[in-house]
Amino acid sequence: MSNTTQTAAETVTETAGHAAEAAGHAAQSAGMPQLDFSTFPNQIFWLVVALVVIYLVLSRIALPRIGGIIADRQSTITNDLAAAEELKAKAVEAEKAYDQALVDARVEANKIIAEARADIQKDLDKATAKADAEIAAKAAESAGRIDEIRAGAAKSVAEVAKDAAEAIVAAMGAKADAKSISAAVAARLKG
Amino acid sequence: MATAEHSDGLAFHPMDQFIVKPLFGGETLNWYTPSNATLWMAVVILAVIALFVLGTRGRAIVPSRIQSVAELAYGFVHKMVEDVAGKDALKFFPYIFTLFCFIVFSNFVGLLPKAFTTTSHIAVTALMAVAVFLTVTIVGFVKNGAGFLSLFWVSSAPLALRPILALIEIISYFVRPVSHSIRLAGNMMAGHAVIKVFAAFAPLILISGIGVAVTPLSILAIVAMYALEILVAFIQAYVFTILTCVYLKDALHPHH
Amino acid sequence: MELAAAAALGKFIGAGLACIGMGGSAMGVGNVAGNFLAGALRNPSAAAGQTATLFIGIAFAEALGIFSFLVALLLMFAV
Repeated sequence: MSNTTQTAAETVTETAGHAAEAAGHAAQSAGMPQLDFSTFPNQIFWLVVALVVIYLVLSRIALPRIGGIIADRQSTITNDLAAAEELKAKAVEAEKAYDQALVDARVEANKIIAEARADIQKDLDKATAKADAEIAAKAAESAGRIDEIRAGAAKSVAEVAKDAAEAIVAAMGAKADAKSISAAVAARLKG
Repeated sequence: MATAEHSDGLAFHPMDQFIVKPLFGGETLNWYTPSNATLWMAVVILAVIALFVLGTRGRAIVPSRIQSVAELAYGFVHKMVEDVAGKDALKFFPYIFTLFCFIVFSNFVGLLPKAFTTTSHIAVTALMAVAVFLTVTIVGFVKNGAGFLSLFWVSSAPLALRPILALIEIISYFVRPVSHSIRLAGNMMAGHAVIKVFAAFAPLILISGIGVAVTPLSILAIVAMYALEILVAFIQAYVFTILTCVYLKDALHPHH
Repeated sequence: MELAAAAALGKFIGAGLACIGMGGSAMGVGNVAGNFLAGALRNPSAAAGQTATLFIGIAFAEALGIFSFLVALLLMFAV
């Protein structure tokens, strides 16, 4: 304990010398260095030099350059935007053309379909008509044949009836002339 | 007793860092003598050239990192001038940008260890503030003639109050350069002095047992103050610039 | 010697008293920032345009604290 106080006391004496020295220094620079007016001309002179140099450097070289860079960038951006706008318009146009083409193609397709349908319809109609005609011809032919058969049959019936009547009359022992028999048969067949 | 010992044992010279002295030895400081202020102003100039001239050398449409910093600074101040002071103030843009660059670089360069902070001196900030004040006043009178005086004649106030208000306005107008300069210098000086005070506490551990507690605390405080000073360094440059813009707006458009 | 001691005492007491002014400046800065935040939360879209005004207000409030700090420094080192 006493040892530490002793060393502390030593330090005090040692630093007291420092303090005195510093005090002498401070007295020389009159307390606050900021209020030491003897340094003012020096500081003001060098400050003016520094400000003038900075002003010249900035206003002659740096600021026009930076302003130019920023303006360049702005114009580049504007140009790019304009180009992008143009491209976008082109894309819109292309899309419109594509849509138009699509619509045209669809119309064309519809037309082709309609044409094909009409062709098919025509063919169909023709075929139908031909078939109808064939059918009608066949039907007429058949009807003709039926009529023929019917007529043939009626004639056969009349002949058979005449033959039968002649035979019956002959069997009864009488003689009948063919003329009256056929008239009688015709009358009966009619009736 | 013990505390007295310790305060004697610690070297408190928070203001020594602000002493202007000749750079190459010697005692006399003439107006042309290169001093430590000269050295750090030269560093500021070199930094400005490095950022704004060398950094933008590529003139790239897609900027490099350093070029985008330069463009950011340009856009920041440009927008500030345009928004606050109006479009017709843009012809003062190089002037305002010069002040901004000088202050912001001085503040940041001054934060380097062993550096000298030029903007912590009333002489420096007062010169800039007076330059702004004179510019604004001259521009105001050249642009508006006697109409510039309407800045002090608040036409929206009742007639009886106007002379009093005019007096107050005139006083506040002339206090502008004072507050403008002392704000910057005071902020920079205060921060650096406080850091220095904490730094003076840091070697306490070599002197006394209580330093075990004090030294880490003071180092922590230095770190915190340093972070705050980084913020202050930028904000004070911003405030100086924006107040310049506000004053310029008053000069260009005194009627509102 | 007595007088010098009294002057030194007064210097330090005065410097300490001057620092009270910083508290007022702190309240002022806090008031500005707090009100800005309250307004910004109500209308966040308008906040971005008013940051410049915020900093101007803070700067004016803070300047007075800096003045009191300056007075303290002047008492400590220059008087």
